[in-house]
Amino acid sequence: MTDPGTPSERVDQKGTAVTQTVAGSRILSMGHYQPARVLTNDDLAQMVDTNDQWIRDRVGIATRRIADNETVADMAAAAAEKALAGSGLNADDIDLVVVATCSSVDRSPNVACRVAAKLGIGAPAAYDINTACSGFSYALATADHAIRAGSARNVIVIGAEKLSDFTDWTDRSTCILFGDAAGAAVVTAVAEGEEPGIGPVLWGSVPERSDAVRIEGWRPYIQQEGQQVFRWATTALAPLALDAVKRSGYEPGDIKALVCHQANLRIIEGIAKRLNLPDAVVAKDIVESGNTSAASMPLALSKLVERGEVPSGAPVLLFGFGGGLTYAGQVVRCP
Amino acid sequence: MTRDEIVAGLAEILEEVAGVNPDDVTEEKSFTEDLDVDSLSMVEVVVAAEEKFGVKIPDDEVQNLKTVGDAVSYISKAQA
Repeated sequence: MTDPGTPSERVDQKGTAVTQTVAGSRILSMGHYQPARVLTNDDLAQMVDTNDQWIRDRVGIATRRIADNETVADMAAAAAEKALAGSGLNADDIDLVVVATCSSVDRSPNVACRVAAKLGIGAPAAYDINTACSGFSYALATADHAIRAGSARNVIVIGAEKLSDFTDWTDRSTCILFGDAAGAAVVTAVAEGEEPGIGPVLWGSVPERSDAVRIEGWRPYIQQEGQQVFRWATTALAPLALDAVKRSGYEPGDIKALVCHQANLRIIEGIAKRLNLPDAVVAKDIVESGNTSAASMPLALSKLVERGEVPSGAPVLLFGFGGGLTYAGQVVRCP
Repeated sequence: MTRDEIVAGLAEILEEVAGVNPDDVTEEKSFTEDLDVDSLSMVEVVVAAEEKFGVKIPDDEVQNLKTVGDAVSYISKAQA
C-alpha cells in the first residue's frame, strides 16, 4: 500500500496558510437598527379590543417599532454596517455572513447575500438560518464553529426580522406582541494565546411541540399556543441556561448580564428568577421594542453595550428560545 | 389531604402568584372571572401546584380547571 501522504500546506480561501486550529472566537463589536415608526399600546387600542394596562400587565410591552418600506435585508444591512464600523475591520476582511431570520419574504437570494451586496463585501460565504426566535444564538454558534474549523476568520452575524409582514392585525392576542428590528455582531478569531470569547453552545429542540409557535402555509400569520409556550419557557429553560454557563467554565455569580430572547417581560422575569444570577443586569428591551424574534438578543445586547451598562470583557449569558420549539445559548465576553 | 387543605394550599399559591386575598379563595370561585387570574398567571398557579401537591397537571388539562373546586378535585384524584 502506498502512503497517501499529507497535504504540505492548508490554505484558506484567500490563500493564507492555515498553520493551526484556531482556539476560538470573540465578538468585536455590535450594531442595531430599528425602524422609525413607533406603535404604542394606545395605537393598538384603536385597531383591536385592547388597552395599555392589559398589554403591560400580560406581556410588559409599551411600544414596538414597525417597518414601513424597509425589508429584512435593509434592516440587517443597516445593523451590520454599524457593527462593522465599530469593529475596526473593512468590508473586505469579512469572509462569512450569517443571518438568522424567519420572516424574509423572498426565498432567494437569501438575506446574507443581499447584506453582502449592500455592504460591498467581496466574496463571502453567505447563508441564512431559521430557528425562529432562538436564531441569533444558533447563528453565533455556527460562526464560532466556522472560525474554529478554519473555514472563516471574520464573520458578521445578524438577527433580523420583519414580523409585521406576518402579523394578523385583527388578532389581539398576537398583534400586540411583535416588532421589527435587526441586530448584528462582528465576530473574529482570537489571537494566539487569547481566551475564547464565545463559549460552547448549549442547543436543542422539543420536536413534539412543533405546533406551539407557527408561521405556516401560504401567506401565513404567526400563531402560538401562549400558555404552553409560557409554561415551557418559565420552567424548562433556566436549567438549560445554567448548563450553558457550566459548559463555559463560569459560575452563575460571574455572569454580568442576562440577555435572553425578548418574548414577554413575564417570561424574562420568570427565567431570571429561576436562574438567580446575583450580579447580572437583565436586558428588558422588550418594553420598548416588543418581541423582535431573532433580532431581539443582538438588539438588546447592542443597546446594553451602547449605554455602557456592561463592561468590556464581562461574561454575558445569551439564551434564545422559540418556534420549533428550539433553544440555544452561550456565554460570550462583552465586546 | 382533605379538600379544605388543598383549598388552603391553593390560596397560598394564588396570593403569591397573583396577589389574591386568601379569604376570597373558596371552591365555587372561578379563577378568571372571580379571582381575576389571567391566563399566564394560571400557568404559574399550575406549576406551583404541581410542586406543592406532588402531582402532574398537563397542558391540556389546564383549560378544564375553571373553578377552585375543579382544581381541588383534579389534585385530590391525582394524589390518590
